[in-house]
Amino acid sequence: MNTREFQAIYVMWLRQMKRFLRFKTRLVTMIIQPLFFLFLLGSGFRQAIFPSLEGVEYFHFLAPGIIAMAILFSSMFTGISVLWDKQFGFLQEVLVAPVSRFSIIIGRTLGGATTALIQGFIILFIAIGMGVPVAGGFGIILTIIFMLFISFAAVGFGLILASKMNDFQSFPLIMNIIIMPLLFISSAFFPVAGDKTLQTIAYANPLFYMVDGLRGSLIGEANVLPIWISFSVVFVICIIMMALGSYLFSKSEV
Amino acid sequence: MVLEIVKTTDLTKKFRELKAVDGVSFSVKKGEIFGFLGPNGAGKTTTIKMLTTLLNPTEGTATIANFDIKKQRDEVRKNIGVVFQEPALDTELTGEENLEYHARMYGLEKDKRKSRIDDVLKLVDLEDKRKVIVKNYSGGMKRRLEIARGLMHYPTVLFLDEPTLGLDAQTRRAIWEYIKRMNKEEQTTIFLTTHYMDEAEYLCDRVGIIDHGKILVIDKISNLKNSVGKDVITLSSTNEDKLIKILEKEKWIEKIKKHDNFVTMGVEKGDEKIPIIIEIAQKNKIKIKSISVRKPTLDDVFLSYTGRTIRDQEVQNNSKERIPPRFRRH
Repeated sequence: MNTREFQAIYVMWLRQMKRFLRFKTRLVTMIIQPLFFLFLLGSGFRQAIFPSLEGVEYFHFLAPGIIAMAILFSSMFTGISVLWDKQFGFLQEVLVAPVSRFSIIIGRTLGGATTALIQGFIILFIAIGMGVPVAGGFGIILTIIFMLFISFAAVGFGLILASKMNDFQSFPLIMNIIIMPLLFISSAFFPVAGDKTLQTIAYANPLFYMVDGLRGSLIGEANVLPIWISFSVVFVICIIMMALGSYLFSKSEV
Repeated sequence: MVLEIVKTTDLTKKFRELKAVDGVSFSVKKGEIFGFLGPNGAGKTTTIKMLTTLLNPTEGTATIANFDIKKQRDEVRKNIGVVFQEPALDTELTGEENLEYHARMYGLEKDKRKSRIDDVLKLVDLEDKRKVIVKNYSGGMKRRLEIARGLMHYPTVLFLDEPTLGLDAQTRRAIWEYIKRMNKEEQTTIFLTTHYMDEAEYLCDRVGIIDHGKILVIDKISNLKNSVGKDVITLSSTNEDKLIKILEKEKWIEKIKKHDNFVTMGVEKGDEKIPIIIEIAQKNKIKIKSISVRKPTLDDVFLSYTGRTIRDQEVQNNSKERIPPRFRRH
């Protein structure tokens, strides 16, 4: 790889950082929305009794779910925003530059992952400040790795959507019909282990492994599967999504 | 040294059954401003997209600075600057940032980047707007910034696709001046497409007239105009077809054509020919309703090759024209 390719990766990353930090309202909403979820759901369901939780406090259970949700949304948005670039023509400028499409994807993914992780960490720190327990130093490292994988997978999924969609009209549809239901049966907001049917469906849901693995790593309890299983599954999902996303992007014509 | 900066041989692009570009061969010489003139949908943008490696040609080849557009894409990309028909700026960044990111991707060193940004901003008079976010630029300023960006990496050839589309008359004039200036000061070879005849006339050294994906003629503007005669007479009458048949026999009349309800022909010393034509018409009991003489324009050249004017074509196309993607959202 020559310097131009590194520059391209850097430019794509830097561009996203600038856009992320420059528009304060967007930044604030992206951070406040998950915090709303955290506090409203957290206080609303505090009195509810989930037999499968066995004494784990609901707020502690919820925090990893919300972190996963924030990272998912923000990363997917990064992938889909390729569509904006296509619409506003900027993609053409990038595609006639003497750099490979692969570098463009890498830069974009890193940019998306960075912004998503910033959001994830803000929520994480707030949650820890609110008394969410941390399962040791190794747990934190695992948590960060999970956050990265979730982010990469979601950017890849966003890229797949962006290369298949031609306008933004189907975007809310996909969010409401695919992402929200998947999120609900991922155990992000409530446990699925208590209900056999729900648990079976959850096993077919990629988001379940992300949320469950992140929860196991961070708070060290209330996870259904052993962490290494979730870890392997999420790793594979991440590879598939990234590969498919970059393949479709590299094939797309302007 | 390469004298033919752009050279195409039988360049063809098919979209399913439609031949958008059909066996186009031409060359652009070093340092010249070469223009493609033709109505919307003639294949101008498709040609540019092939030459800039965004689309693969179905048949035929082309070289840019002797690099093959299919086999040596990276080399081609290093040698070209492109200003697309639709804006291609990141509107959430400042003008300066747009230029800097561009320079980085083209491998300009840090010191060079700085001085080059100053140079190109000066060339298009945007120095005082460099820190402004592009969202707040006017249409003309955006176009100027794109031209500046296209020049950042010292391209051998700059492609301009309809550089003044959608701009007001005053801004168009200004853009023309910038294009002339960079051609002169930086010796940049320029390939532009346009459907404005005044634009082609003002800017281009040579023009290729293109219609339905085919090049009809390529020549210097003065030669093209002379080819239709020194003066052009346009008239309307009660029986055009009969009048054409009679006038066709006259040796001093060239390229007589009917379009809509008018008859157009090329002659020398046009004002002296008007009485003669009226006399001929009267002799044959045809009444002339209106008659005028003028210097030939590129539209007359287009008319003589296609039987229609570019303006006619525009009206036809406008009714069914697709809305540009950037406006489609709302």
